[in-house]
Amino acid sequence: MIRVQKEDFDPGVEIATLHRGRSDLGAVVSFVGLVRGESHGERLTSMTLEHFPGMTERELERIEREARERWTLDDALVVHRVGELKPGERIVLVVTAAPHRRAAFEAAEFLMDYLKTRAPFWKRELRASGEHWVEARDSDDDAALRWR
Amino acid sequence: MRLLYFAWVRQKVGRGEELVDAPAEATTVGALVQWLQSRGDGYADAFADLKRVRVAVNQEHVDFGAPVRSGDEVAFFPPVTGG
Repeated sequence: MIRVQKEDFDPGVEIATLHRGRSDLGAVVSFVGLVRGESHGERLTSMTLEHFPGMTERELERIEREARERWTLDDALVVHRVGELKPGERIVLVVTAAPHRRAAFEAAEFLMDYLKTRAPFWKRELRASGEHWVEARDSDDDAALRWR
Repeated sequence: MRLLYFAWVRQKVGRGEELVDAPAEATTVGALVQWLQSRGDGYADAFADLKRVRVAVNQEHVDFGAPVRSGDEVAFFPPVTGG
């Protein structure tokens, strides 16, 4: 399942909801991405996430479908926030559930790598020197390429 | 044709979306961009370095050689930076 929302999420609640009442799961892996309070040597005031409504959801669904094709997953959840966020706030949550841990770990990493290079989100930082769009990093492209 | 712009592409163009009647010869994303570049300083600035611009046609990532036709929704944006 995928969700795009302004509101914060509670990772503990999301994980508990995902495996409540199930005895077929052996492993749950989660990743939480946070807003760092420093960028380019400056203190970050806030970060605003813009997205492409409609395509974002479709792209996240495509990425989830691909993860389920590659690994034996019992469940997968991606929650991504949009709007203005402060340092320390949660941005993104990925949860994967599988019979065994390796599939859950690998699929979680795959979901994050693909999300970072394919899902249409853009970060704008507000720092002391003004507003700056975050530049995409080659290392993120490389991370996604290794799953080819 | 419906055009959408996001992030700094939107800021440079000066709007988030518009409906356009592109010329008949704009049958690919690349040809459409050439026409857009001639529409004013904001467009020329937004599309000055195409290595920094990504495209989606009808909400699918495509490259600049992809075909476009009237009725399509074409979105232009910088490389994505979510997560």
